[in-house]
Amino acid sequence: MAMAYRAGVPLKDMEFVQYHPTGLPGTGILITEGSRGEGGILVNKDGYRYLQDYDLGPPDPWPRKKAMELGPRDRLSQAFWHEAQKGRTIDTPHGDVVHLDLRHLGEKKIDERLPMVRDLAISYVGVDPVHDPIPVRPVVHYTMGGIDCDIDAKTSLEGLYAAGECACVSINGANRLGSNSLTELLVFGARAGRGAAELASSTESHADEAAIREQAETAQKRVGGLVQRAGGSESVAGLRREMNTTMETGAGIYRTEDSLGQSCVTMSDLRQRYANVELEDKSNVYNTDLIQALELGAMIDVAEAIAVSAINRKESRGSHQRLDFVERDDKTYLKHSLAHYDANNEPRIEYRDVVITRSQPGERVYGGEQK
Amino acid sequence: MSERQVELEILRYNPETDDEPSFQTFQVPCPEDWVVLDAINYVKDNLDRSLSYRWSCHMAVCGSCGMMINGEPTLSCKSFLRDLPDKIRIEPLANFPIERDLVVVMDDFMNKLGSVKPYLIPSEQKAVENGSYLQSPAQLKKFKQYTLCINCTLCYAACPQYAHNEGFVGPAALALAHRYNLDSRDVGRSARQDVVASNEGIWECSFVGACSDVCPEHVDPAGAIQQTKIASTLDYFLDLLPGRNQ
Repeated sequence: MAMAYRAGVPLKDMEFVQYHPTGLPGTGILITEGSRGEGGILVNKDGYRYLQDYDLGPPDPWPRKKAMELGPRDRLSQAFWHEAQKGRTIDTPHGDVVHLDLRHLGEKKIDERLPMVRDLAISYVGVDPVHDPIPVRPVVHYTMGGIDCDIDAKTSLEGLYAAGECACVSINGANRLGSNSLTELLVFGARAGRGAAELASSTESHADEAAIREQAETAQKRVGGLVQRAGGSESVAGLRREMNTTMETGAGIYRTEDSLGQSCVTMSDLRQRYANVELEDKSNVYNTDLIQALELGAMIDVAEAIAVSAINRKESRGSHQRLDFVERDDKTYLKHSLAHYDANNEPRIEYRDVVITRSQPGERVYGGEQK
Repeated sequence: MSERQVELEILRYNPETDDEPSFQTFQVPCPEDWVVLDAINYVKDNLDRSLSYRWSCHMAVCGSCGMMINGEPTLSCKSFLRDLPDKIRIEPLANFPIERDLVVVMDDFMNKLGSVKPYLIPSEQKAVENGSYLQSPAQLKKFKQYTLCINCTLCYAACPQYAHNEGFVGPAALALAHRYNLDSRDVGRSARQDVVASNEGIWECSFVGACSDVCPEHVDPAGAIQQTKIASTLDYFLDLLPGRNQ
């Protein structure tokens, strides 16, 4: 993502980041939606199916599409946040959790349908879901935004195609549905491959070799400079920790002008401090200190694009929820945001109208009539 | 959360500066629910940035963090400190050349994996509009266990035969060949047989079963190899029947 962004392709809709509602505390390992599809329920510290308090009920004893535990990921993660505010979650050394209870499914069904869930829960939190509920909490999961591209996976930079989570072809809108990343990969991966092959075979004049060599040398110098830099005051692990903290607290499940403002300031500061990162490892063999430093630089740019896109969208839509602008505002913000890279400043944000064909935006209604 | 002081003895090797590998010791304060990978990450982030090792998913899916932990080939992300003593010896996977520290050279495995053609070879290529290749749950069940391989190569580090003869095609590659041979949509068995049933294929296995013992996904490569031996033996005798090779 950062490579395309730095090359001048905007990052689209970066403020939309999906939290998966049921990750394991500490590790963030996902407990699949399938466990709720089979009939698993979410309860708070009082054993109460709290989702019924957030327009997701009624609490049928059986799983129902678009209701309760099978509501969308953004709503479930938001409900967790509210429960935590009310003091109705369970405190653990790895933060607040609620319980995902599968016990009523029985050992046979759990082993047949959810063997991986049982294995993960026993291994990583010491809980056998046959006998005890699994502690879970929302965890950052998927970036709906990404490299701006069209339905042929083509970007504004000739010859650059993007598909998968790094791309934003806009099939996910503001909140991706489970499993749609596979669609993105298969459908748009194939289109990207075909498009790139067609372009390559139909283009007669290829790029000037000398120019390419010059670019390669510039890149090599940049990376070599990073490896050899001495007297730097910053460490990769230190900056990464600060980035994680500011993004989680400022640009998490719920956001405000203040929290996002803090994140924007911190990310801009981290971007500048990144210029003083010094590597401990100067080796040319499998240098993971270097790899992590390059990754950190990319993450800082992408994180800043998220924070700045989010503070500019003064409404709530899908996974982007503002406590200070709680309503969706189609009049002003039925638009894609486009973050343009600037090496020395925060990104410039522009907007583009959303192209709507068959699915008109409507009110999001979940739950369902009493059976 | 209660913490415990753990001593990690890690094998270090940098080919640019070291003549041979040697151990380096690190003291790590570890919360009780950590895995070995967490402790190694602590070392990298806080004690020595130059420590090199592979890892990615931290949930036993990607298969990249295999190492020898107290002498056993193990995924470090699934090796819990609560099951280990206070002193832990960590080395790169056995039977592979060391590239650096805990990183091994995987080329031999990658070549062998490719040599067994581990992909579907259908009898005819269907266009998308002609629909999918159907399979019943019973047909899937025949080979599903063998699809769980994550290419972590713990089985190669455990295999006494691979240690003895590096030409051996080895457990994971042979189990994957078996997986495709058993697939009702596949007709590639004869194309794989040259490698699978060669001297360095299944017949090199002496059925120690160490591969299946260390497999983090319970794939049972040893079982796959023995089944392949039976099928190949049958081939051999059937070939002796008159009229078979005309």
